[in-house]
Amino acid sequence: MGKRAYLGTFLFLLPILFRLASTVMAGEAGAEVPELPAVPEAPAPPEAPKIDTGDNAWMMTSAALVLAMTIPGLAFFYGGMTRAKNMGNTMWLSWIAFCITSIMWVLWSYSLAFAPFSGMIGGLQWAVLGCGHGEYVGQTPSTIYGTTIPHLTFCMFQLTFAAITLALVSGAIAERLKFGAWLLFCLLWMSGCYPVIAHWVWGSDGWLYKLGALDFAGGSVVHIQSGSAGLIFCLFLGRRLDIKPPHNTPAVLLGASMLWFGWFGFNAGSATAANGLAASAWAVTNTATATAAFTWNIMEWIFDRKPTVVGTCSGAVAGLVAITPASGFVSVMPSIAIGAGAGFLCYSTVKWMKRALGYDDALDVVGVHALGGSWGCMATGLFASKLVNPAGDDGLFYGNPAQMLEQAVDMFSVWGYTCAVTAVLILFIKAATKGIRVPKEEEIAGLDLTQHREISYHWYEEETGTIKA
Amino acid sequence: MKKVVAVVRLERFGEVRESLEKEGFQGMTVTPTSGAGAEKGVTLCFRGRHFQEPFVPRVKLEIVAPDMDIPKIAEVICDAAKTGRIGDGRIFVEPVEEVIRIRDGKRGEDVIAPGRLGEIPRKVGVEVEALEYEIA
Repeated sequence: MGKRAYLGTFLFLLPILFRLASTVMAGEAGAEVPELPAVPEAPAPPEAPKIDTGDNAWMMTSAALVLAMTIPGLAFFYGGMTRAKNMGNTMWLSWIAFCITSIMWVLWSYSLAFAPFSGMIGGLQWAVLGCGHGEYVGQTPSTIYGTTIPHLTFCMFQLTFAAITLALVSGAIAERLKFGAWLLFCLLWMSGCYPVIAHWVWGSDGWLYKLGALDFAGGSVVHIQSGSAGLIFCLFLGRRLDIKPPHNTPAVLLGASMLWFGWFGFNAGSATAANGLAASAWAVTNTATATAAFTWNIMEWIFDRKPTVVGTCSGAVAGLVAITPASGFVSVMPSIAIGAGAGFLCYSTVKWMKRALGYDDALDVVGVHALGGSWGCMATGLFASKLVNPAGDDGLFYGNPAQMLEQAVDMFSVWGYTCAVTAVLILFIKAATKGIRVPKEEEIAGLDLTQHREISYHWYEEETGTIKA
Repeated sequence: MKKVVAVVRLERFGEVRESLEKEGFQGMTVTPTSGAGAEKGVTLCFRGRHFQEPFVPRVKLEIVAPDMDIPKIAEVICDAAKTGRIGDGRIFVEPVEEVIRIRDGKRGEDVIAPGRLGEIPRKVGVEVEALEYEIA
């Protein structure tokens, strides 16, 4: 059924891959040339940006920290919240998203997101890392981004952001999505949606960047985008047949802890240097997270009679999300307010708004990420201060109400574009895979068994099993 | 020969086992289980949503013993497992037709109550087990 569609997509991509491969080979030969005597650029070195070893060490560490957020952090966080029969599949969604993004990032997504071209989208001069054409993305620093670290370090650091954005979407659609639909979604979304928004907000000529909208580590790029895409995706998929509470609280807690741990690379690393700003981002991240976790628990204590472990973890993630866009622009005291707001808002969303609207966002990507990200985006406009980051701007409380407008433009444009493009992509995927949802019997039997022929938990030793070729 | 099947509270199980051991009944089969009785399950909470779980966790223990021991076993379990609230569990007594010890193929009551009927000297706890292995 759907198999033919995937094969078709693959065959369609073959000539492109082939052409890219030949460019790469040509590029590798060509790239060797400037490494040799490098005659034309001989006088350049004094002006050329120099690598700062401390910055590079921190940024490579940060990239690995953000990787740990997706695999295994998010995989455990999401896996533990699903049912036992779907745990493997849910964890796999994050993993495969990371794998696919890693390949696409070096082929064309990085270039579309960051190469200077226009306000709307990046150019292709860094596709296949600029091999054979354009500027080579290699060991020397870029002249635009992270000028004290190798361009490759910057590229890989940004890859981990792209991958976690995609992996976050999987929370909305867990427990009922077809294997192939997710692969196709990864491929299309990482080409048509993420690079565009990333370019708007972070590209040196992106229109939101030029407008002055502040997003330090991806409140709109990562969180609003993943949350709004998740909302559209789960609306297309429909409700699960049977909704149950988390099957493995320790796994949820382990995953949330990995997320918190990795988020220091996410926020403090977004300073792209091992400097004072990174230290400030580190401190506000921790403070806001702890406050949000505590606030969520207080809310539960009032409205659900008992504070829950999963609730604390959810609150922590909500706080991390909300502080993300603000982390490089606000000081530590306002971060307590941002965290408290996140705990209150995200709890209210998943408890009341989700039920009122009736969508089945399985693991609350909309409530925690889209709404938490939106709150963080607006809170940046409230609390930002040039005293923290001279490259940023003052917010409403520091005498610049115009910043609120810029943040609102950022928020609504990211929501709008993501919802529209995701809807179009899903309509296409639906046609290509003849329905994106698994059949009813397969959903009841569990996705581990039906999508992967595996079981996450063996309840007893299966001594009677025999090996079949 | 009869089988006593008792379903008791998780938190009382430790006491039940200890009291049975004190009376000399250490052989039993234990299964973690869940079930429903007069009480209506438990309510779980996940992110502000409440889930009614129809079953509550319990421990099921099974003891096979000679007829003469059954009243004592039932009494001991009752005393140790009782809290007086709804959900304390049940004790079922069933007839058992035959018992065969896998190690040596021996049949009958000797196999289920070795100490009581004089096969090995009665002792309590780990030592009995060690002794049994020595004899075997």
